[in-house]
Amino acid sequence: MNAIKLAGLGAAATLMLGVAGAPEARADSGDTLAAVKARGELLCGVHPARHGFAAPDSQGNWSGFEVDYCRAIAAAVFGDASKVRFVALSSQQRFPAIQSGEVDVLARNVTATLGRDTALGLNFAPPIFYTGTGFLVRKADGIEKIEDLDGAAICMAPGSTTERNVAQVFAARGLTYTPVVIENNKQLVDAYVTGRCDALTKDKAALPGVAAFDTETPDDHMILSGIYSKEPLAMAVRQGDDQWYDLVKWVTYATFNAEELGVSQANVEEMMSSEDPDIQTLLGVIGDNGSKLGVDNDWVHAIVEQVGNYEDIYTRHFGPESPVALERGQNTLWTDGGLLYGFPMH
Amino acid sequence: MTDATPGRLGKPPTRRPKDLLYSESFRTALYQVALAAGVVLLGLYLYQNVVENLGRQNIATGFGFLDEVSQFEIGERLIDYSSRDSYGRALLVGLMNTLSVSAAGIVVATVIGFAVGIMRVSTNWLLQRIALTYVEIVRNIPVILQVIFWAAVIRNLPAPRQALDLWGLGFLSNRGLTFLLPAAHPAHVWMLAAFAAGIAAASVAARMARRHREATGRYVDMLWPCIGLILGPPVLVWLGFGAPHELSFPERQGFNFTGGATISPEFVALMAGIALYSSGFIAEIVRAGIQATPRGQVEAARSIALRPRFILRYVVLPQALRVIVPPLTSQYVSLIKNSSIAVVIGYPDLVNIGNTVMNQTGQAVEAIAVMMTVFLAISLVTSLAMNFYNRLVAIKER
Amino acid sequence: MTLAPIEVVRREAVVPVPAYDPDARTPVGVWLKANLFRSVGQSLLTLAVAAVLLRILWFVLDWGVFNAVFYTTDPDVCRAATGACWAVVVEKHRPMLFGLYPYDEHWRLVLMMAIYLATVVLSLWPRCWNLRFLVPLWTGAVLSIGILMFGGVFGLPYVPTSEWGGLPLTMLLFTGTVLIGMPVAVLLALGRRAPLPVARGVSVVFIESLRGVPLITILFVAVNVFPLFLPAGVEVNKLLRITVGIAIFFACYQAEVIRGGLQAIPRGQYEAATSLSLTYWQTTRRIILPQALRISLPAITNHIIAAMKNTSFVIIIGLFDILTATTAVMQDPLWRRFYIEAYLFVAAVYLFFGYALSRYARQVEKWIASGRI
Repeated sequence: MNAIKLAGLGAAATLMLGVAGAPEARADSGDTLAAVKARGELLCGVHPARHGFAAPDSQGNWSGFEVDYCRAIAAAVFGDASKVRFVALSSQQRFPAIQSGEVDVLARNVTATLGRDTALGLNFAPPIFYTGTGFLVRKADGIEKIEDLDGAAICMAPGSTTERNVAQVFAARGLTYTPVVIENNKQLVDAYVTGRCDALTKDKAALPGVAAFDTETPDDHMILSGIYSKEPLAMAVRQGDDQWYDLVKWVTYATFNAEELGVSQANVEEMMSSEDPDIQTLLGVIGDNGSKLGVDNDWVHAIVEQVGNYEDIYTRHFGPESPVALERGQNTLWTDGGLLYGFPMH
Repeated sequence: MTDATPGRLGKPPTRRPKDLLYSESFRTALYQVALAAGVVLLGLYLYQNVVENLGRQNIATGFGFLDEVSQFEIGERLIDYSSRDSYGRALLVGLMNTLSVSAAGIVVATVIGFAVGIMRVSTNWLLQRIALTYVEIVRNIPVILQVIFWAAVIRNLPAPRQALDLWGLGFLSNRGLTFLLPAAHPAHVWMLAAFAAGIAAASVAARMARRHREATGRYVDMLWPCIGLILGPPVLVWLGFGAPHELSFPERQGFNFTGGATISPEFVALMAGIALYSSGFIAEIVRAGIQATPRGQVEAARSIALRPRFILRYVVLPQALRVIVPPLTSQYVSLIKNSSIAVVIGYPDLVNIGNTVMNQTGQAVEAIAVMMTVFLAISLVTSLAMNFYNRLVAIKER
Repeated sequence: MTLAPIEVVRREAVVPVPAYDPDARTPVGVWLKANLFRSVGQSLLTLAVAAVLLRILWFVLDWGVFNAVFYTTDPDVCRAATGACWAVVVEKHRPMLFGLYPYDEHWRLVLMMAIYLATVVLSLWPRCWNLRFLVPLWTGAVLSIGILMFGGVFGLPYVPTSEWGGLPLTMLLFTGTVLIGMPVAVLLALGRRAPLPVARGVSVVFIESLRGVPLITILFVAVNVFPLFLPAGVEVNKLLRITVGIAIFFACYQAEVIRGGLQAIPRGQYEAATSLSLTYWQTTRRIILPQALRISLPAITNHIIAAMKNTSFVIIIGLFDILTATTAVMQDPLWRRFYIEAYLFVAAVYLFFGYALSRYARQVEKWIASGRI
C-alpha cells in the first residue's frame, strides 16, 4: 500500500462517477424488426417463474399467458410462433435488458406507468391484463381485510409497483408493516411459505399460481378480497423505434379484435372465407395491413391459428380447467363491459 | 544533421531518424503514449456508446433521482426513514444497514476466529484437530451457500406463536431473535458517557504506569485498576440514578412480539453466514501470527524467567500482531464486501436498496456506480487506517 | 535491585519442556501423554471435549445414517422417519445437477462431465505436460464439450446457453474463470511492476478499483450495464459476459499474489538476464515468471479454490448453477422440508472439489521442492 495505490483508488472512484454522469439525450430510430428477422428468432423477456404468466416446465418448455403473447409476435413476424427464445429476467434485470437490447420485447408482468414510459425510455403496448395488488395470507391467521394486517411482516419483490402500492395503501390507512424485500423469486415465495412473512403481496393475478404450486396445502391459504391499486400489465419495447412499437401494439389489438369478431383458433380457417369486410381485413384477405407493419399480410391469421385470440390465450392459462383459474373480471371486451378495446384495423 | 562530416574524430556519430527507434528511452516513451492513447480512446468509445444508447431511447440519466421521493418502505433502519423520503436517504439507510451487519459480523468472526486460531496451535491434539476440521469446512463452502442455509434454517423455525423460549430471556422464532432489554431510562445515556470517560481515564492511568516503569524500573500491575476504572463509573452512575432495573420483556402480540428487542431473521442469517465464513480465514491468520514468533524468542523469555502472562503480553503479542493485523484488515474488508449477498435473502443492505432504486428509476448505470463508489470508499478508508497502523507498529531499527 | 510488588519474573520452578527432536519416533504412551494428557487440567479438557465430540458424532450417525431414508419416491415416508431424508437428493438429483437443461438431453451433460474431468485430470499430471499432447487434448475436449453442450449438429437438438445449468455450468464457469483470469492476472502483475509509469498507473487503477468492490456489483455491470457500452446491434452472450466478469475479478486478486512472487525475485536475476542481453520479454518469460509463479503457488491455489466458490455468486443474477438449481428444487412443496439434506449435498460437492484441488496443490509444492518441476 502506497501513495500510488491510494491515488489509483481515488482516480477509479472519480472515473466511475464520471462515466455515469449525464450524457445528452438524442432521439434516433432503431431497426428492431430488421434485426429480429435477420436473427431468425424473437428474444422475449419473461418472468422466470410466475405460474399462469410464464414458467418453464420440468422439461424446459415455457408456457403461460405472456409467453403466448411472445409467440403471437413471433407468429406475426415469421409466420411461425415457435421462433422465440425466452429470456428469464429477474425484476432487477428486466429494464436494463430491454434498454440494452438484450431482449426485443418485455412481456414480464410490467405495469405501465408514466415514470417507466418516460424515464426508463420504454413504450408500452396496450395492456393485456388488468389486475391490482393482492395479498396472499394464511387462513389460520384470521385475516379478512387489509386492516387485519396491521403490524404484519409482508413479503414483496423489490422495485415492483407493488412495493410502492403497499406503502401507499398502508400509509393511507395509518397501518404499519415490516417489508421483507427479496428479489430472488424462489427465496421470496419460500419466505412466505415457511412463515417468515404473514402475507405475500404481488399482482393479484399471480397469487393463485403461488398458492397452487408452491404451498403444501393450497386450501390453507387465501387471497384477500379487494384490489388495492391499478396494475395494467403491458408489453414494453424500447423508445425510438416506432415501427417495432407499432407492430407489438397491433399484435395486441389483433388478439382483442379477433375475439370481438368471433375469430378463434377453432374457426380461423372457416373465417378466411368470411364475407364480413372487417374479418377479411383482419385476416389479411383484403387490404395491406401486414405490409404497412412490415410483416406478411396473413400475420393475424398466423397469430390466431398458432396462438389464438385473446379468449383462447386467457382460457388456456386462467380458464376454469387450468390450475390457476381466474375470473376474467375486467379482462373482457368492452362490448361485455370490460376494458379490452381494440382499435379499428383499417 | 545533414552537414555532418564523416570520419572526423571527436564528433559523435550522427543520429539518423531510424536510430531513434532503437533508443530505449524513445521506445519507452512511445509505448507509454500508445498505451495512454489506447486507454483514453477506449474510454471515449465506451462513453460515446453509452451516450448514444441512452439518448436513442430517451432514458433518463444523471444523479437527479437521488432527491426524488422513493415511495417504498424499508423493513430495518437505524435512522428515521419513511416512504416519503428521498432515494438518497433510502440508500443511506441501506449503507447504515451494511455497516451494522458488517460490524456485528466482524465482532463475531474475530471472537470465533481468535478462539479457533488459538486452538489450532494448542498443545492438545484433540482441540487442534477439531479446530482444523472447523476451518476446512467453513472456508471451503461458498459463503453464499452458508447464508442461504442459515436463512432456510431460521425461516423453518417455529412461528412466533410456538416460538422457542430461551429460558425466559427471549424467544427464537422465524421472526428472528427477540430478547429482553432493560426498559428505556435516561440513566443509560449517562452510563454510556461514564463508560467512555472510564476508558479514557484507564488509558491515561496505563500510560502513567508505563512512564513510571520506564523511569524507575518498577512494575505497577494495572490490570485490575484499569478494569475498575472502566467498569466503575457506569455502575456508580447507575446507582446514582437509583439503580433502575426495570426490564422490557418481549410478549407475543398479534403477529409478532412487542417489548424487548428483535434482531431480524435476515440479519441473523446474513451475519452468521459471513461471520462463520470469515472466522475460518481469521483462525488461519491468527495461527500464522502466533507461529511467526520465533521459538527462540519464547525460549529466551522463559530462560529469563518471565511469567507466561508477560511472555504473551510483551514478547509474543507485539510480534504476532504485526503479522496478524494487515491480513486481518483485508479479511474485514472482504467480510464487508460479502455482506452484499444480503440481496439474496432480503436483508435491506446498500446493494439491496440500490437494487430497488435501480428498478424504480431504471437508472442502472447510476445506481451501480453509487454502490461501487461506496464500497471503494470503504476500502480506501480501511487502507488508509491500515497504512497508519503499519507505520505505528513498524519495527524501529536503529 | 529491589523487586516490584508484583514480580514480572516467576519464582517457582519451571516444568521442563522436552527437547524438540523432529526425527524421534515416539511410543504411543509418550505421544498420548504429550498431546492429550500433559497435565491434570489438559486431561480433563481432553475428556470433556471427547465426550462432547462423541455425543455429536452419535447424533450425526443417528440422524444421518441409522434413521435416515436413503431411497423412496414418497415424501411421506421421509416425513415419518426421524432421521435424514437423503432420498430427496436421489429423487431430485437430475434438476439439482443439471438445472434447466432439457431433460431428455441430460446424457450429454454426463458425457460432457466425464470428458471434462478426464481432460483436467490428464492435464494436471506432469507426465502429460508437453504441448504435443496437451494441444490436441484440449482442442478435442473443447470441441466435443462445445458440440455436446450446444448441439445443433449430428442430430443433437440445439440448446442455448440460457438453458445450461447445474454442475456442468459451475464447471464451465470455473474453468472459464481460471483460463481467462490467469493470463490477465500475469499481465496485470507485470504491468504493475513494469518500468513504464503509465502501464503501472493503468494496472494499479484497474486492480485496486476492482478489488475494492464486491463481486456482485461486477456481475451487475456484466449483466445490466455492459450491453449499454456496446454499439447498438452488437451483442455479447450473457454467459460469456458473466464468465469474463468473474474472471477479471479473479485476475485482480491473483495479480497481487503474482506481484508478491515477482517482488521476491532477487535483483541479481534481472541483472544477470540483462548482462546476457536478454530482452524484457525473454527475461520475463524464461527467467522471472517461472520463479515467481513457483514462489506464489500456495497463494495462487487459494485464489483458484476461491474462484470455484465464487462461481456460486451467479445465483444473484439468476444463472442456474448447482446452488441456484438446488434452491429452485427446494421450491417443491412436497420436498421442501428436507432442505438441510439438499444443501448438505451441495456443500459436499464444493468440499470435495475444494479438497481435491488443495491436495493437488500440496503435491505440486512437493514436486517443486524436490526439483521435479
